[in-house]
Amino acid sequence: MDQKTVFVTIVAMLAVTYIPRMVPLVVLASRTLPGPVVRWLSYVPAAVLSSMLFPALLLRDGSLDVSFDNYFLWAAVPAFILAWRTRSFFGTVALGMALVAAGRWFIG
Amino acid sequence: MTIPGVADESSGSPMLSAARQVAPIVMGYLPVGAAYGVLAQQAGLSLLNTVLMSVLVYAGSAQLIAVGMFAAGLNPASIVATTFVVNLRHLLMSASLAPNLRSWNKCELALFAYEVTDESFAVHSMRFARGDLNKTICFGINALAQLSWILASFVGFFAGASIPSVEPLGIDYALPAMFIALLVMQMKNGLHVLVAGFSGLLAILLNKAGADQWSVILATIIGATFGAGVESWTRKQSL
Repeated sequence: MDQKTVFVTIVAMLAVTYIPRMVPLVVLASRTLPGPVVRWLSYVPAAVLSSMLFPALLLRDGSLDVSFDNYFLWAAVPAFILAWRTRSFFGTVALGMALVAAGRWFIG
Repeated sequence: MTIPGVADESSGSPMLSAARQVAPIVMGYLPVGAAYGVLAQQAGLSLLNTVLMSVLVYAGSAQLIAVGMFAAGLNPASIVATTFVVNLRHLLMSASLAPNLRSWNKCELALFAYEVTDESFAVHSMRFARGDLNKTICFGINALAQLSWILASFVGFFAGASIPSVEPLGIDYALPAMFIALLVMQMKNGLHVLVAGFSGLLAILLNKAGADQWSVILATIIGATFGAGVESWTRKQSL
């Protein structure tokens, strides 16, 4: 594929990515939304974060992996506890990374 | 409501606070952005197009999928359509951030929207929930995050396959670990925990059913509807 076609594709990707990011903010921020909509939106952060997180922890190459060497899954347990107890953003990331690295070093 | 440890992160100068809060995002973006740069180079993209995609599109998973499709020689229309579906989840994220930003003008909102990613959304929704609406911090976090993403794609393009593997350091776990922390901070009551568990398991089922590109958006819509439904049902019961 020539670079000009790639560039045109990238511009089209910009349009289809930016419009869904922009329209709700510009349209909704200035309005008073009905109660049920606000309630619905208040569940979006929890729902969207876990829909991205769970597959990252539990799926490997598209299949469920709860085996001992799935470090992503097991490192999540202490990371969850630390996050819950300390509310430390940075501490949770550091602990998670350290556990995954340790698993790979010492267990393989 | 002040949460110890979290409140500290917003004290001091705004740019310093932005730098502190953006650090985990940057740690996650550097390896993923570099991986994107490597794959873009191998897919035959020019340096300019590789960096432009990070500047103009700025969406990690969509960019990785797109370079794979370029490498496979798929037609541009299907690359654009896939990008649309993969990034449609940001519509829900923007909608959920919107009620917090009533005092912002349209230009500020349009600029802020440009840098709504999974990671920036997660950090901002946590900040807004604790009442931190400082604009300098908002735009500082977004600018530093995207800058790190652009730089990483640039480095990846040049370093190619010779960049060292990040796996021994566990850096590939930075983003999942960040989502863990951010998810926990969204848990305001038992119903939030229920919604999170429900949506997460649903996303896995949808992935298994082959709807991988739709899984996040579908699981989010159904999960939030479930939460709002249970909430109004329990309200009626308690009347």
